[in-house]
Amino acid sequence: MQLALDRLKENFGPAVLETDNQHGNETAVIAKDKIVEVIRFLRDTEGLEFNFMMDLAGADYPEREERFEVVYHLYSLKIKKRIRLKVRVAENQLVIPTIISLYKAANWFEREAFDMYGIRFEGHPNLKRILTFDEFEGHPLRKDYPVNKRPKIPTPDPLIKV
Amino acid sequence: MDPGDNGILPACRQAGATLRMTIQEDIAKPLDAEPMLVNLGPSHPAMHGTLRVVLELEGETILNAIPEIGYLHRCFEKESEVKNYTQVIPYTDRLNYLSPLMNNVGYCMAVEKMWPLEIPERVQWIRMLICELSRIMDHMVCIGTNAVDIGALTNFWYLFNPREKLTDWVEALCGARLTTTYTRIGGLMRDMPPNSKSFLRECLRDTLKAVKDTTGLLQKNRIFMDRTQGVGAISAEDAISYGFTGPCLRACGVDYDIRKAHPYYFYDDLDWDVPLGRCGDSYDRVLVRFEEMIQSCRMVEQILEKMPEGPIMTDHRDVALPAKHEVYGSIEGIIQQFKIIMHGIKPPAGEIYSYTEAANGELGFYIVSDGSDKPYRIKVRPPCFAIYQAYPELMKGELIADAVAILGGLNIVAGELDR
Repeated sequence: MQLALDRLKENFGPAVLETDNQHGNETAVIAKDKIVEVIRFLRDTEGLEFNFMMDLAGADYPEREERFEVVYHLYSLKIKKRIRLKVRVAENQLVIPTIISLYKAANWFEREAFDMYGIRFEGHPNLKRILTFDEFEGHPLRKDYPVNKRPKIPTPDPLIKV
Repeated sequence: MDPGDNGILPACRQAGATLRMTIQEDIAKPLDAEPMLVNLGPSHPAMHGTLRVVLELEGETILNAIPEIGYLHRCFEKESEVKNYTQVIPYTDRLNYLSPLMNNVGYCMAVEKMWPLEIPERVQWIRMLICELSRIMDHMVCIGTNAVDIGALTNFWYLFNPREKLTDWVEALCGARLTTTYTRIGGLMRDMPPNSKSFLRECLRDTLKAVKDTTGLLQKNRIFMDRTQGVGAISAEDAISYGFTGPCLRACGVDYDIRKAHPYYFYDDLDWDVPLGRCGDSYDRVLVRFEEMIQSCRMVEQILEKMPEGPIMTDHRDVALPAKHEVYGSIEGIIQQFKIIMHGIKPPAGEIYSYTEAANGELGFYIVSDGSDKPYRIKVRPPCFAIYQAYPELMKGELIADAVAILGGLNIVAGELDR
């Protein structure tokens, strides 16, 4: 059963770049500029209704031309199915549209991907670092960030920042 | 002599009433002061770990709140990329430290799905057992500390006594009370200690008694009801949009429990119900957790009944160390031992998103393998992360004391929130 993937291919044809069904995890690689449309389609179409955004992860593959990947995991309570969507972006144009308008959950998950990989989400209202501190240099989960690098901890700010 | 006779008491009462009236009038008046910023946490006993929120207050009413997380960030995901698959297991203990066994299970299950590996039946039953016991232990901390935050200390002791006993069992099981590292890829570290069944049945009796006692103390307690009913309520649609899972989602009346929706191991064979709330407020969250503890006790009872005997490690040559007599007695055995020890466990290349129902909701592991002995990428989907996002919205318009009452009901664990 590849219900969701088939529907995606039917409706978005060329924007679905690759599909995969390893271990029963339905996966589709989507063109960057179509991602919001695709997710809105998955969320709002009757019979699919992917109403949960469970997870959003970044990933880094330095040997690829399009180095970074944003991985969405959606879940549909209605049909009890999951789908994984991926968007690939090159390092020199690290911007992808935000999906906050579709899922409130996306807010912090996108901030985390920004913090860890430096992927910018266009239209995000508050794209700041979340797990590391504001003065942190670099993006720690990139493969070229040394694992034992110790960043300099800045002197603390005044307790309350307005 | 009646103390009311000397005229002191009525005078005091009168003074008290006048004072209360003035205060009420004061509250009714709009404040002309500017909103005040108050810093709550990160090192505050009510902030459960290291959570920090900056509150914007008008009087005692919360206008806005900005949570800051990351104080307990320990680079779990980065560290995992340079450790081999087995070495990641101890790190998972430190995710949700209230129920470490459950994280061990979630992680090992994800890695096993990459082959996929068949694991022995007994392993699956023991994993279910430790998951349910962890769920009980997790909920005990959540309810106990939530009640303490609201001012009801007794419940904490009532719940922590049986928890202590369960922790003793965990210690007998794997040698550690908190940093368990009990599961292995393809099996378990070792079998359960002898006479576990009778000991656990005793624990269940204690647990059910504690649940009954504390439910009695809280469920119809006027103060508790006033502090939690209608406080921090969220609608089902919003909860879904925020990615709520677990008890917090079920308190809104949404029937989503992975153990029922996508049963793993033998959850299908057990007879139990999913408790649901209605209003999605703090009160319902606590009651759902109470009921889940009772259901988990039911499950543990059945698991102890049905658990078969058998090996506690798979015999798959990729992951299982051979028996000692094979290592010493055959060339294949010694080569297999050498390969696993020196080169590590190597799952086939690919990706997996595996999910289990942890105490707080869906605990997901997204693992990318490039076929080497180290995970290329591990992403944890901690249930708290999605839930804590909604925290500012939940407490807008409430009083500052409610901020603490709501936080306790959400059961945010900084260990898995910050990773």
